[in-house]
Amino acid sequence: MDGVIRGRMIVRGTAEGRLVLSRISISLWGGVDPETGIVIDRRHDRCGVDISGQIFAFPEEKGSSTASAVLVELIRNGHSPVAIVTRELAPIVALGSIVANELYRKSVPVVTLDAAGFNQLVDGTNLHIGTDGSIRMRAMREG
Amino acid sequence: MNSRNDASGLRVRLNEQDRAMLSGASGDADRLAMSVIAQMADAVGAEELISVEQAHLDACALMSTSSLEFIEHIVNHAGHVRVPTTLNMVSVDLRNWRSLGVPGEFAEQASRIAQAYCQIGAVPTWTCAPYQSYLAPRFGQQVAWGESNAVAYANSVLGARTNRYGDYMDVCAAITGRVPKHGLHLFGNRRGEVLVRIRGVHPDVWKHTATWASLGHFLGRAVGSGIPVVDGLPHTVSSDQLKALGAAAASSGGIALFHIVGVTPEAPTAEAAFHGSEPEHIIDATPDILGCAWEELSSACAGDPVDAVVVGCPHYSYHEFESLVREVEAANGACVAPSVRFLLITSAPMHALAERSGWVDRLKAFGAILVHDTCPFHSPIVQKSARTIVTESGKCAYYAPGELDVNVSFGTIGDCVRSAIEGAVIKEELQWTA
Repeated sequence: MDGVIRGRMIVRGTAEGRLVLSRISISLWGGVDPETGIVIDRRHDRCGVDISGQIFAFPEEKGSSTASAVLVELIRNGHSPVAIVTRELAPIVALGSIVANELYRKSVPVVTLDAAGFNQLVDGTNLHIGTDGSIRMRAMREG
Repeated sequence: MNSRNDASGLRVRLNEQDRAMLSGASGDADRLAMSVIAQMADAVGAEELISVEQAHLDACALMSTSSLEFIEHIVNHAGHVRVPTTLNMVSVDLRNWRSLGVPGEFAEQASRIAQAYCQIGAVPTWTCAPYQSYLAPRFGQQVAWGESNAVAYANSVLGARTNRYGDYMDVCAAITGRVPKHGLHLFGNRRGEVLVRIRGVHPDVWKHTATWASLGHFLGRAVGSGIPVVDGLPHTVSSDQLKALGAAAASSGGIALFHIVGVTPEAPTAEAAFHGSEPEHIIDATPDILGCAWEELSSACAGDPVDAVVVGCPHYSYHEFESLVREVEAANGACVAPSVRFLLITSAPMHALAERSGWVDRLKAFGAILVHDTCPFHSPIVQKSARTIVTESGKCAYYAPGELDVNVSFGTIGDCVRSAIEGAVIKEELQWTA
């Protein structure tokens, strides 16, 4: 990826972090441990990965409506991703971030990309997300 | 992390009552609830809100510090529901948690959450199958429901209109009586997208509820969050079978609405289900496809030692009790093996009905443990040491490996009963091809 990917900011904010990219949809409930931020869905391609402090990207949300409560809890306990990027609008994820902001004045930005933008994402790269929904790759020193 | 999101700069059009709630004049519960609804309207691009007549809350199900803090904040700031509201599961069997071995501290916190939801005026139904219980919505009614399987059933089978509301938005909708005018609340968005034709499948397989679950599992995989229209299914189908289908489809995918031609109310014909337009694409569900979906729900092998059997995900109905009793009676007095925990999950009202028919005593004598108000994914009722469980539920089979760290054998109710008796996985081979 080079240049800038333009996304739609669903929940406002800025973030910087390493990208954990998934190619398949996920439900945060049943998919991520709300106490640790580790992916636990054995059918998921990133099972075992800790998404705490990372930028987590996946195509679409699915499954349980408890997913928003899982995100609220992850934001409360500090194990949430720093931003969530999806290809399809993910209202339940956005809801978790909005509620966390009402309750704890803490939220994570949620950005939706079009398919072309999503396909430009590269797992493991360091990204910066701007308030306008722009996503830029950042040079990153190893270690 | 930042705290720049708030209700300022909202684009959604609010009426006078909405703005009054948002102002905080009637308390912070109303303000918070309207703020969340309005911000979500902007998030999904809705220009205005609509009123809902009922709500079903799922937010009471997850036990965490934040789930307790959320509802206690609402209670402490004069929050009260504005529409009739039912409740999904809570994290414990409120009466029997001690005998189920649930730690006291856990039960105490879950009971506090339960109590808080009653304090805001919701009905203590404690079930994930509200559509088989009190206050089932009517055709065309605008409602705000949480719990993915309940949403699928309300939209598809009852023809009520709701989006798949996530936790806390359901509460906010119940408090404000308002939701974004968006998605499945609008008739035009309920049009079928994908035609799924059942081809060459042996008619006998449909007598098993598990077959409907495996079809649901396949639909969720095949259409994601889309709206499938299934053609070629038998027209005599039970509420429990549709429940199994919807629950599985909302687990492997994000299905909130499905149509079955000749069965569900918005699909008297395929043309009606597609609103007169053409399907975006067509999939044939063959015996191979359905057999694979069934297999995909299992990770355990025949003969593996069984630690637990789980039935009642979603909560068991009266007729599901009856089917189980029939299987148990066919076993001629054999009981659950000592190494196996046979968990039957249901609601207190369904338990009461089953008790009147003498089934509760019959099933307890068999060795079943009846659990109410909750489920194995929200309450620690499956042994921590369990490695293999057997279930007839597509939803349970889907979530158990991640949530309970177990292998699953997915099968018919007969498989569940026979595996429980033997203490080892037993699988009946189905004849899939017509």
